[in-house]
Amino acid sequence: MEAFDAFIVIFASGIRLAVPLIFACLAGLWSERSGIVDVGLEGKLLTGAFAAAAAATFTGSAWLGLCSGVTVTVLMSLIHGYASIDQRANQIVSGVAVNMVADGATALIGNAWWGQGGRTPQLPDSALFNSIQLPGAYTLHDTPIIGPIYERLISGHDLITYLAFLLAPATYWVLYKTRFGLRLRAVGENPAAVDTAGISVRGLRYGGVLICGVLVGFGGTYLSIAQAAYFQPHMSAGKGFIALAALVFAKWRPLPALATCLLFGFLDALSIRLQGTILPVIGSVPVQAIQALPYILTVILLAGFIGKAIPPKASGIPYVKER
Amino acid sequence: MSATPTELPKWADVAVIPLINVAAAFVISGLVVTAIGEDPFNAVKLLIGGALGDLEGIGFTLYYATSFIFTGLAVAICFQAGLFNIGVDGQAYVAGLGAALVALHLGFLPGVLLAPACIVGAALFGAAFAAIPGYLQAKRDSHLVITTIMFNYIAAAMMGYLLVDVLRKQGQMNPETPGFPPGATMPQIKDLVAYLGWQWPDTPLNLSFVLALLCAYLMWLLIWRTRLGYEIRAVGANHVAAIYGGISPARITMITVLMSGALAGGLAVNVLLGEEHRLILQYTADFGFVGIAVALMGRGHPAGIVLAAILFGILYQGGAELAFDQPKITRDMIVLIQGLVVLFAGALEHMFRRPLALLLTRFQPPVPDAPAAERA
Repeated sequence: MEAFDAFIVIFASGIRLAVPLIFACLAGLWSERSGIVDVGLEGKLLTGAFAAAAAATFTGSAWLGLCSGVTVTVLMSLIHGYASIDQRANQIVSGVAVNMVADGATALIGNAWWGQGGRTPQLPDSALFNSIQLPGAYTLHDTPIIGPIYERLISGHDLITYLAFLLAPATYWVLYKTRFGLRLRAVGENPAAVDTAGISVRGLRYGGVLICGVLVGFGGTYLSIAQAAYFQPHMSAGKGFIALAALVFAKWRPLPALATCLLFGFLDALSIRLQGTILPVIGSVPVQAIQALPYILTVILLAGFIGKAIPPKASGIPYVKER
Repeated sequence: MSATPTELPKWADVAVIPLINVAAAFVISGLVVTAIGEDPFNAVKLLIGGALGDLEGIGFTLYYATSFIFTGLAVAICFQAGLFNIGVDGQAYVAGLGAALVALHLGFLPGVLLAPACIVGAALFGAAFAAIPGYLQAKRDSHLVITTIMFNYIAAAMMGYLLVDVLRKQGQMNPETPGFPPGATMPQIKDLVAYLGWQWPDTPLNLSFVLALLCAYLMWLLIWRTRLGYEIRAVGANHVAAIYGGISPARITMITVLMSGALAGGLAVNVLLGEEHRLILQYTADFGFVGIAVALMGRGHPAGIVLAAILFGILYQGGAELAFDQPKITRDMIVLIQGLVVLFAGALEHMFRRPLALLLTRFQPPVPDAPAAERA
């Protein structure tokens, strides 16, 4: 029973840690499926978190925080889109720029506004997305196995978390079952064909970049005003890059992306839990080994030893209309 | 669509466009400074004064510049082969392990041999850590950008483990190695000029600066004066044509990435052998990423990189002084400027070309055979 309890605790914390990954990963999926490589997810998560916390601090409203977070990440996305689509820039360079600007600007402005080394004041509960008790959670409390699972794993999360889990099937549906999705995938594989059919490559790619901005804004908002109750500099702490790894690991497909993010979130929770504990048989596990595992797994996959991760064919390549 | 590369005279291409791009980055930074309620002109004055106002400032500026020359060259040599190595930071971090292991385990060597051995150790470890992503790119077609990002985090985890659990000195709280023996250090410029009877204030500027300049010269020689350099540029320009010319892109990729990793090791030489004299947690302080900005601003040319590195040295040293005087303008300002430089000098480098070309044609008589050029 104790092991079961520990499992529930780790899994519940894994879900919470996976939420920003799910948003960032699916955001990256929309962008890269349209042909725009995005290594700037990390920076966008950070600016989203900053803008959401800043607006929540000033207005006291979580919803305005969400609006602000999403607006700012959409703007960041559009800068990346303008550079990648209209200026035909190197998309990696543009993504790196987004990360650096985000890192510097959030810490600088945060410090100028609130002092405290760039940290916002602690936000009250009313300015946060709080956990929701699903109906029946209390009645099932005493039921063995199902009770704890329902009460602590399924119920008791905030709105953004539930949205994250709906997002993956929604992405799947739009991407594979609608005309827009078909065109968006086509523009990431063979933009010339899309162009020949009389559909705007530029429009579709801006569409992908825009959706990316909206989704990653939710992830950033979650970081500062749902998971935590404040913003602090560098608080995205590499999550954008783990999301990128998850995207590669899931081979740019939405449902595997959800599963991979959950796996990586679970590993993160496990590494926190195992800090300083000594396991039977294995002995003490260096936390760093578990922390590095998502990256190592992704590299092994990229190397083609377990399956092969093939990105959308036209991703990263600016489209030049034939003259 | 304004991105069609527009023809510009060479002088405009080499000098004016980079200047406009960098100026755009600084103008926006100035607006941000104004927005947080400080005077940007005063900030620039304090920054320049702190970086170049006295010999001490200049010493620190050049010390930082040394680090940025190494990381800038490491990024740029990959640019030449059409590769993007984002992993310079991780490679430099692991290179620090190489320098530390040699310094701590070969301490019996005489000083004349020990310091060079440490440099070789740093270069070898940096290259070895770059070798895996390089191999995966060359032979297994995995994207170097993604693998090197992953390797930055793998380096952080690995070095964190080693410094906290393995290499840490007994009874020491901070995750760092014991101090290096006296022979395993780079000679200080202060001591060198003292031989000539000159005075130089106590700054961390050390012989690595000369080594960095030498590396820049050697890279220029390699890229533009040797057969290997030609092959690297050929692969970078058009790797299909390079294959047709009998060049193996896989071989060139591997060689270039190894050299890049070795150059990243220069950061360890400057910071660890030159200043810290021990290996500390996260010693790279993201300087590997500054290298990306430096390489882009220097347009991948060693001379440009030295200039860009000195500019970033001014920003880092002056920024520290500025943060001391005006606590509102923290050193994050420099990271923001760096990001804007990457944005304007890298991603948006062609944005000002067309306006400039239009402006220039106004002052020139119309070229008579313009229609012919258009037909071609």
